[in-house]
Amino acid sequence: MIDAILNYQFMQNAFFAAVLASIACGLIGTIIVEKKLVMLSGGIAHTSFGGIGLGYLLNIEPIYGAFGFAVAASLAIASIRRKIGTGSDTLIGMFWSLGMALGVLFIGFTPGYPPDISSYLFGDILTVRRMDVWLMGALTVFMILAITSLFNYWKAYLFDEEFLRVLGVKSTLLENFLFVMIALAIVILIRVVGIVLVIALLTAPPAAARLYTDNLKKIMGLAVVFGLLFSFSGLTFSYYYDLPSGAVIIITAVLFYFGSVVIKGRNE
Amino acid sequence: MAYAVELKDVSVKYGKINALKEISIQVAEGAFLGIIGPNGGGKTTLLKVILGLIEPEAGEVKIFGNPLSRAVDKIGYVPQISNFDRDFPISVLDVVLMARLGGRVRFFHQYKNEDIKKAEAVLDQLNLLQLKDRQIGKLSGGQLQRVLIARGLAVEPEILLLDEPTANVDASSSSQIYELLKNLNEDKTIIVATHDMAAVSSYFDTLACLNEKLYHHGDKYLDQETTEQVFGCPVDLIAHGHPHHVFAPHGEEENND
Repeated sequence: MIDAILNYQFMQNAFFAAVLASIACGLIGTIIVEKKLVMLSGGIAHTSFGGIGLGYLLNIEPIYGAFGFAVAASLAIASIRRKIGTGSDTLIGMFWSLGMALGVLFIGFTPGYPPDISSYLFGDILTVRRMDVWLMGALTVFMILAITSLFNYWKAYLFDEEFLRVLGVKSTLLENFLFVMIALAIVILIRVVGIVLVIALLTAPPAAARLYTDNLKKIMGLAVVFGLLFSFSGLTFSYYYDLPSGAVIIITAVLFYFGSVVIKGRNE
Repeated sequence: MAYAVELKDVSVKYGKINALKEISIQVAEGAFLGIIGPNGGGKTTLLKVILGLIEPEAGEVKIFGNPLSRAVDKIGYVPQISNFDRDFPISVLDVVLMARLGGRVRFFHQYKNEDIKKAEAVLDQLNLLQLKDRQIGKLSGGQLQRVLIARGLAVEPEILLLDEPTANVDASSSSQIYELLKNLNEDKTIIVATHDMAAVSSYFDTLACLNEKLYHHGDKYLDQETTEQVFGCPVDLIAHGHPHHVFAPHGEEENND
């Protein structure tokens, strides 16, 4: 496989995609898990399917459509959520299905044979193109900068945003920014694990990392490492045994998490 | 001299329900005020109005004679500990350091040495310094409560607002916390929302009784009539184990409102 990575461009793309996806899921996943935004992120991910459908219909790159839909959905959910308060559960559910419905509708309107959408739904790391890698890379760099440069504020925001407001910090700004970053992370991960499976890759690495440390920075770092482990296991199985990479990544991640719970549970 | 906190005809509504109705209150500098009242009576809402977390529908809030926007650094806030996720991966020192973030977002912000020294000094003052690296989930309720007080103090405020500081702690921690507040009261104005009747008698010097409206504001001697109005039923204000009565047998009542 190392040979293949050195020699074939599709394997190089897959390699970079695995690394970038691991960074995205480690950083944003930790925030999502600690702020309890898991279902919300699922909603945003599924809404982005509408963008993929629209991309096919308008004959533009589907991932750009997903990008637009994910950002729009996350900002819409953020602002409606602030108005209606805690009842965001219902709202997320509606966005979730609405996005999928729109996607199916747009694809139905697309002339000619229906496109193969399964790589967007379940991911396929071996079909990642150079263009996807550039997009993923740019988004990941942006995300790393955004999180490290404001790390103290993120930490305070995650722990107690009300106190930040008392200090005079505009926490709604941070919240909108965070929601946009969740959308970016989802776009990064779609090519690798797909819309349907993205939630497990966002949650399993940070949740497993949480079992090993009490420090937010270390959780993020460890989650990136775990993400790498899961992504490369997916890549390996998909290369040698022709298994669907997204599914293997998710199954490894979840098994690893359960294993960690059992081991750590015995220690304490 | 301006009052530390002054509210004029403040009303707050949640939807169509009145949470606070025409509240006027003046808190003198150096006061140790207890806000008592039933659950859902608006105690937390009142604190949040003073903090600027809730915009009142009508009325005016002034801190040392200034509008709130010019006084955010003068108020320290200690929220209810039940609001917190105690599993959150943060250490005691990091919680207190939050207070040193200041009001503006700065990129690549790092805590300065003096911020860390200040946070440690406050932790030391509250006997928590040996716990500074501990994750907050591994503290007792009383310890976490004191950590939150330390965070409120690390803002270096002139007014400290506390929401139910003894709601989730045992009796001995509870009196420890009130002793601490009594000491802090020497150079700070302190406002506590509580339904802890045992504290009413021993520690506060003024009381406000709140249930949508402000029924009483003044000294700590309440009569049965006022408490019945506020709580909707007779309340035994004589705390168990406390030798003295909360309300003295006195004839006239100062009813500011």
